[in-house]
Order: sequence, then structure tokens, then C-alpha cells
Amino acid sequence: MSGFNKVVNSYEEAMAGLEDGMTVIAGGFGLCGIPENLIAQIKKMGTKELTFVSNNCGVDDFGLGILLVDRQIKKMISSYVGENALFEKQLLAGELEVELTPQGTLAEKMRAGGAGIPAFYTATGYGTPVGDGKEVREFNGRKYIMEESITGDFAIVKGWKADTYGNVVYRDTAQNFNPMAATAGKITVVEVEEIVQPGELKPTEIHTPGIYVNRVIKGSFEKRIEQRTVRQG
Amino acid sequence: MALSREQIAQRIARELEDGFYVNLGIGIPTLVANYIPDGIEVMLQSENGLLGMGPFPTEDEIDADMINAGKQTVTAATGASIFSSAESFAMIRGGHVDLTVLGAFEVDVNGNIASWMIPGKLIKGMGGAMDLVAGADNIIVTMTHASKHGESKLLTNCTLPLTGAGCIKKVLTDLAFLEIKDGAFHLKERAPGVSVEEIIEKTEGKLIVPDHVPEMTFA
Repeated sequence: MSGFNKVVNSYEEAMAGLEDGMTVIAGGFGLCGIPENLIAQIKKMGTKELTFVSNNCGVDDFGLGILLVDRQIKKMISSYVGENALFEKQLLAGELEVELTPQGTLAEKMRAGGAGIPAFYTATGYGTPVGDGKEVREFNGRKYIMEESITGDFAIVKGWKADTYGNVVYRDTAQNFNPMAATAGKITVVEVEEIVQPGELKPTEIHTPGIYVNRVIKGSFEKRIEQRTVRQG
Repeated sequence: MALSREQIAQRIARELEDGFYVNLGIGIPTLVANYIPDGIEVMLQSENGLLGMGPFPTEDEIDADMINAGKQTVTAATGASIFSSAESFAMIRGGHVDLTVLGAFEVDVNGNIASWMIPGKLIKGMGGAMDLVAGADNIIVTMTHASKHGESKLLTNCTLPLTGAGCIKKVLTDLAFLEIKDGAFHLKERAPGVSVEEIIEKTEGKLIVPDHVPEMTFA
């Protein structure tokens, strides 16, 4: 690597440095916009005791779900984890810890973490089990709970295109949590469908500026669809 | 007779106003999109990061990168925008969405809502529901008035863990349309053919019944 060139050529290189017990922030919503090859690499590495911060935990045989098979995940911080039988089994057996977090709070925890803000107040979850034990403050007559932000040892992100400097654009709703995840990793790894030369992406269309990105790799993607719904054409 | 799922959706659609940005929850609320009245424009917000949700795609249009909050493949309507989850919940939490429609297990006379967790059963998570109820001023909750066993879901106090506290003002059940204020349910409309007596019997929380309770209309 030299200068601002963030491109790596193997998935081994992309995930180098990941160790047992680390926290990994992952982009994606359901199976949409998930860094599927980076997840597969973590499975291959066999890294254990991982905490994942991700809206969902994939399905049994795709996405983060594949890391459950060898019990690589110790804890999930997620808003919704319902689509996965193995997840349910490990949860009920006490082999897996889950911290359910409202979706908007989860997004903001990542955003704030990446932006150097240690905590924020939100009305979301006040008066519910989510607010239990958290500091409550009143602003303008309304009650808010304090939520702490999140950073990760790694962030794994799925983009559409990146240039070699690590500037990233996302495609359609595959954007979701990816831009926030990208800001919140000590090491941020982005896998994309296409790598282009600096200058080919318009500066105004870049979603994630390269300053947040440490490694970029080009992958090929299955892009599995969770709920295939169609209308007659 | 109790309202069908489609009639519930039709009745909610009457609450839509021209120029509204609307978030529809999973289930019956989603059906509201089929009954948007002629001559008004609404834009549907999907909390995974899409404002201006269009219909399902044709077989040729299917795109794994284009989904809604129910993880269904969708299209973008003309004039749509697509953004991050943080931006999406900034809209929601910031009170920019004009109407939110979602389902629930229970509501109570103080506007509390329980919709995500039944202790002892597997808990899948709240998704975006807590943010939606905390952020929106105009929320309609849709649910059946009573359980299959006849137990009221309109209560003095919710018995299940809350999704939000003091945030619900309107409830549409299969029997009635009600507003919540001053610590009581106020009966506004009844489903066609449903008696006021049946609604009183199936409402556990304090219920204010005016002298005349009109039947719902759907057009």
C-alpha cells in the first residue's frame, strides 16, 4: 500500500488483525447490503467470542447466521433477530447474549460513535424495558434516556463502488446501516462490486469519504433476497 | 360485524391527507397503501431508508438492493429518495413523519402501547417500533379489540412490557375507532352492525360513550 491506496487483494488481508473477543460493527438490513464475503472470511478464520453490532443476524445459512454454526458469536447488539432457528436455539440455551436495541437508537449509536460523541439523549425507549437503569433527563417537559455510543475494533461494510482512495457509494436501499458502520470501526473494511480510479466518482455523490476507510476489496456477491414479492407486469 | 383486514385498511386510508409523509408498519398497516384515496398524494416512508416507496416490482424489475422495512422487494416511486438508517430515524425521531400506522398487542387509557414482547415467549426484537412511537405525533394503532378468548386489549394499564409511554392517541380496532385522552378511551365510531354494548363489554379500560356513535364509512 502507498499513499491513499486502500485496496487489498485478498480476503485474508482484508480481515487481518481480527482477534478473539473483538467487537465488529456490520452494515446491512436483513440480507440487503451485508458484507457477505467478509462474514465468510470471519467464518473461515474461526475467530471466536465476537460481539457483533448489526441490525439483524442473517438467516441460518447466510449472512451473520453462518457464524453461529461454530459458535463464533458471543453477543449480538441488534434491533430484530427473528429469522434464524439456530439463533433461537443458542439464545434459549444461554450460549448467546443479545442486547436488543431500537433500530434508530442503534443507527445513532454507530453514528455518534464514529463522530466522537460518547452518548446522546433520546425519547425512544423511555418508560420501556430499554430504558431500565439508564439515566433519564427532562428537556422542554419531555423525558429522554441517555444512550451510549458504540465503536468497534472492526467495521465491515458493503458498498457498491469505491475508488482506490476508499471513497464509497452505496446502491439503493443496500445503503442502510453501512455509512454509520463505516465511521465507527478502528479498522474499517469495505467490500464493493467495483473499484474505480480516484476522480471517477463525483465528489458530491460520495456517501462515505475515504478518511473513514482503511481497506477496500472487490468481491462478487450472491445478494440473496429474503422476501421475494412481485406484482404482475 | 367486525371489520375485515381490508376494511380496517380502508378506514385508516380516510385519515390520509394530501401531502402526508406516512410510515406503515408490517401487517394490516401495509394494506393501507392499496386504498390511498384518488386525488391525494402521499409518500410512504420505509424505515430502512426509503422515502417514496412504490409498488412491488415486476419479475423483471426485482432487485436485491431495493427492499422495504419488511425486507420485501419493492420499487421506488417517482420523486423518491434513499438514505442511511441514521437519516431515516432522524426523520422519524425528529417528528417529520405526518402519520404512523402500526399494530399492537395492547394499548391503555394513558396512551401506553405494548407491541413487541410477550414474556416467556421468544423475543425477536422491537425493530423500529420504539423510535416510531416516540417520534410521531400522529399515530394510529390497529389491532383486534379483544383476543380470541375475548380478553380486552384496550386496558386500564398495559400488562405487557411497553413499546412507548403516553404516545398513542388513536386506535382502530375491528369493532371501533377510538381516541385516547384525559385517561380514557373515547368512542368515536363503530363498525357497521356492531353494537355499542358489544364495544363496552370488550373494553376493559375506562370508556366514554357519547349519546350518538356513528357507524364507520369507508369511501
